[in-house]
Amino acid sequence: MAVVAVPKPSEESKTKITGQPNTITLRISRSNPSEGQEAAFSEFQIPVQKWTTVLEAILYVKQNFDHSVAVRYSCRQASCGSCGMKINGKPALACYTKISELNSNVVTVEPMNNFPIIRDLAVDFKQLISNHKKMKPFIIREDSEVTPESKEFIQTPQDLEKYLQFSYCIKCGLCNSACPTMATDTSFIGPQGLAQAYRYVADNRDKGKDERLKIVDDSHGIWRCHFAGSCSQVCPKGVDPAMAIQLLRGYLLGFRK
Amino acid sequence: MAERLSNREGIKGMANPTRYGIERVAYWLQRLTGLGLLAYLIGHIYETSTIVNGKIAWDKMLEFTQTPQGHIFLTLVIGMCVFHTVNGVRVMLGHGGIGVGKPGQPEYPYKAASLNYKQRLCIWVSIALAALAMMYGASVLFGD
Repeated sequence: MAVVAVPKPSEESKTKITGQPNTITLRISRSNPSEGQEAAFSEFQIPVQKWTTVLEAILYVKQNFDHSVAVRYSCRQASCGSCGMKINGKPALACYTKISELNSNVVTVEPMNNFPIIRDLAVDFKQLISNHKKMKPFIIREDSEVTPESKEFIQTPQDLEKYLQFSYCIKCGLCNSACPTMATDTSFIGPQGLAQAYRYVADNRDKGKDERLKIVDDSHGIWRCHFAGSCSQVCPKGVDPAMAIQLLRGYLLGFRK
Repeated sequence: MAERLSNREGIKGMANPTRYGIERVAYWLQRLTGLGLLAYLIGHIYETSTIVNGKIAWDKMLEFTQTPQGHIFLTLVIGMCVFHTVNGVRVMLGHGGIGVGKPGQPEYPYKAASLNYKQRLCIWVSIALAALAMMYGASVLFGD
């Protein structure tokens, strides 16, 4: 097996690369609502490099100071949508946020708003997943392309472009956390669910448009979106839920067929 | 208790315009001006309804409203009305999917097409028109 040795940078070159203080204070919100434990911050001094992400800093805490910090993560490359949290007051993926980008020696991480807290930084996604399922996130049609007699469903690149960006949703929940309506309406479907409804409505293979429009045409549905755009501001994958919601509403208002 | 467990931001989070750019500020201003105009409408109905109590009551009300404070309030109402109308047209068109961009292949750094320069320009135009209308209104009200 080949072993690749990575040369260790000298202290001098390290400073040159980083160009910033090597230590930051990481403040982690700690709470356990099921045990009645109120939120309080634990502070840790973390050595950082230019490329250190917030998730790496949290994992450094777990490895070196306190392994009981609860955080959900998996892929570390903004693909799984597990490590959403509030970083210095704004929802973001911890694996996708470099500490050097934050321009602060103090980094505060808290659980995402508008989701019940399980413990520390881990939140409960039950509502998001249930609203996602309500949108029937699958192609609806009577026939199927898998029968031997049928042909595959033809789609042009233009057809694909109508929904492709919305299919990049990783269900990280950042949009729901930033949404001002989600902040007050406990029954609101949320930008994630509404954007997914549009993803399938815009797919020309799908025949379930009327079914989905009926679901979102509700007092806690699409009409509660006021186009504040915060969902699109925080989306780490360029899904742009605000656009999807407005385009979906266009169907209900008769602007689109 | 339930609010704490669900970790919802509540009214405080909804009304915080500072974290998500000019679009969120516009959202906040739209709500604020909407509430302000509602309050003005109620006050205006109360003010004008005093006329049914005769001339003396009406003159008394005018004495109360035709003051520098009353003029400042009216100037604010003009600003609220103009911003709410112009920004409202932008939001209504956006709600129909007009001016929110076209879906496409997202590319890093993933700037949202719906938060495009046209939207931002419309917001700044709404603010500028409101400021202009307020200046004109103030010059008329305080002009005499």
